[in-house]
Amino acid sequence: MTFKNSFKTAYKGVTANKSRASLTILGIVIGVTAIILVVALGEGAHQLILGQIQGLGSKTVFVAPGRQPTGPSDFAQIFSDALKERDLALLEKKANMPYAEKVMPIVFGGETVAYGGDTYRATVFGSSESIADVFDVSAKEGVFFTDDDVRSRADVAVIGAKVKDELFGSVSDVVGEKIKIKDRSFRVVGVLEKKGQSSVFDFDSAVLVPYTAAQQYIFGIKYFHRFVIEATSEDLIPQIVEDIKITLRDSHRISGEMKDDFFIETQVDMVERLGVITNVLTLFLGAVAAISLVVGGIGIMNIMLVSVTERTREIGLRKAVGATDKDILLQFILEAVLLTAIGGIIGIALGAVLSFATSIILSQVLAMAWEFAFPLSAALLGVGVSAGIGLIFGLYPARQASRKSPIEALRYE
Amino acid sequence: MPLIEIKNLSKTYVNEDVETPALRDVSFSVEAGEFMAIMGPSGSGKSTLLHLLGFLDRHTSGEYRFDGKTIDDYSPDEIARLRNKKMGFVFQAFNLLPRTTVLENVKLPLLYSGIKESQWNDLAMQAIESVGLSHRVSHESSQLSGGEKQRVAIARALVNDPLVLFADEPTGNLDSKSGRAIIDILQQLNEKEKRTILLITHETQLAECTKRIILMRDGQIEKDEAVSGQRRAANHFTK
Repeated sequence: MTFKNSFKTAYKGVTANKSRASLTILGIVIGVTAIILVVALGEGAHQLILGQIQGLGSKTVFVAPGRQPTGPSDFAQIFSDALKERDLALLEKKANMPYAEKVMPIVFGGETVAYGGDTYRATVFGSSESIADVFDVSAKEGVFFTDDDVRSRADVAVIGAKVKDELFGSVSDVVGEKIKIKDRSFRVVGVLEKKGQSSVFDFDSAVLVPYTAAQQYIFGIKYFHRFVIEATSEDLIPQIVEDIKITLRDSHRISGEMKDDFFIETQVDMVERLGVITNVLTLFLGAVAAISLVVGGIGIMNIMLVSVTERTREIGLRKAVGATDKDILLQFILEAVLLTAIGGIIGIALGAVLSFATSIILSQVLAMAWEFAFPLSAALLGVGVSAGIGLIFGLYPARQASRKSPIEALRYE
Repeated sequence: MPLIEIKNLSKTYVNEDVETPALRDVSFSVEAGEFMAIMGPSGSGKSTLLHLLGFLDRHTSGEYRFDGKTIDDYSPDEIARLRNKKMGFVFQAFNLLPRTTVLENVKLPLLYSGIKESQWNDLAMQAIESVGLSHRVSHESSQLSGGEKQRVAIARALVNDPLVLFADEPTGNLDSKSGRAIIDILQQLNEKEKRTILLITHETQLAECTKRIILMRDGQIEKDEAVSGQRRAANHFTK
């Protein structure tokens, strides 16, 4: 029998009992839908976070104390006090860092901010005036603190929009009010524009103060958590990285890469690290969804076995009129593959629709910069895997069918 | 050379160490163009004989040559091809495919024949015409009467122009009138188209519609003789 006719025969076999066929493929449909959904949402989340990182600007380089994390779970910060005031002074020297546009230190931590009886758990950032430019935030009301405030260790603060809402409620003009952080009063000089969760840092619930004041009055430390350095141009990033290494190694008297007590992270590094995390997550969730595909495959095998028994007479007849074992084998394998492939295609369509709907909900309702990405690779994989499952789980019933003796088959009542 | 040549053919079924002889030392031959009946009560071995003749089963001892060759001359695939090209089967239970038209049912053997698909319709229509069902071509098999179903089965058996037609109790599931019509068709196929037909039956009256009767009893041939005065199924047929 030609393959085309085997296929036609299998198609008739599948469509002969439509309600059973549709129930049978339900397992495959659900499995493939789940995989498409997980992969599409994983990809969407990846793009979202990627966008936030890229929002930092590709000219930005972070210097952190400690060593490069070896993996997502490596939080070792052995040299957490490695970045000192002296290092900042060295990095700010044009001679050491000829290609640096801005050099900015950051100290940060979660702190309770109080106004009157109201309190709010905010992230306090201690930095210089440059933070406004680097992270593209600006004061909607009042002003930003200046480098003079940094030098004079002034206890002034710029607060995020959400901090204002939480602490002051409906009070509109809050510039000049005093808030308390760690029992020290800070005068509010500005309120940030509402940004939404569109950056790596949530500035809406942040309080920005001069780093000198933050070190002295809030965190009680004499080192920095990060240096943020902006290059004059993107092409100079590798040069900047080298300059930082030379400067800091010289300052810390470090002889080689292995002994570094700091690490430098560029946007490219962050994107790579993030890619690993989201890929592992997507893979894991996809694997969970794949289990339902296997269950669906077992369902297919079960129904195919029933079908082979039911159609014993048909098999006998086909053999009596000249079908070979191979013809029968092919017919029943094709039936199983056809079932799973149809299930796969429906699953892809359903998965695409559901993930599209989810992306609309996330972007419209939650105002996230979520973009719908149809995972073409996952779709192809879905069809391939489900057809493969048909092949694997259809093989056994098809062998049973092909081994039937024509007499036994015809005698079967 | 006879079309079918059987010498001392025996078949013993073995089931859980119990041996049941179904056929013992059977010998006969069939020439092309013969119309004969194999008759006998149930358990006489006539069905076993048909299975052996149709290469549906293997004999235990003796020799069976079909068209000059034995079952051992063929591979399983060649046997399938042989059944497809040279043998036609008609069963008691019709065995039509459900939810399938008359035309599609008759075309079934062509599916496995290697004949070009463009010729299928013509061949099938020819076979359907020879059993007088041209007006039913696109009916579904479930819409047909029993007699019509069996005629479709005969057309299906004929579509590849086989050397021999094996009919296993073809009237067993039919009323006498429909049964007569089936036998009439077989008679006409034998007379007009010179078809070789082997009819398996337990009814004497049906057997007498053929030209030769082999009477079986307890797995052996009791009688093998020509019919004197062949009955006409179309005319005088009384129950």
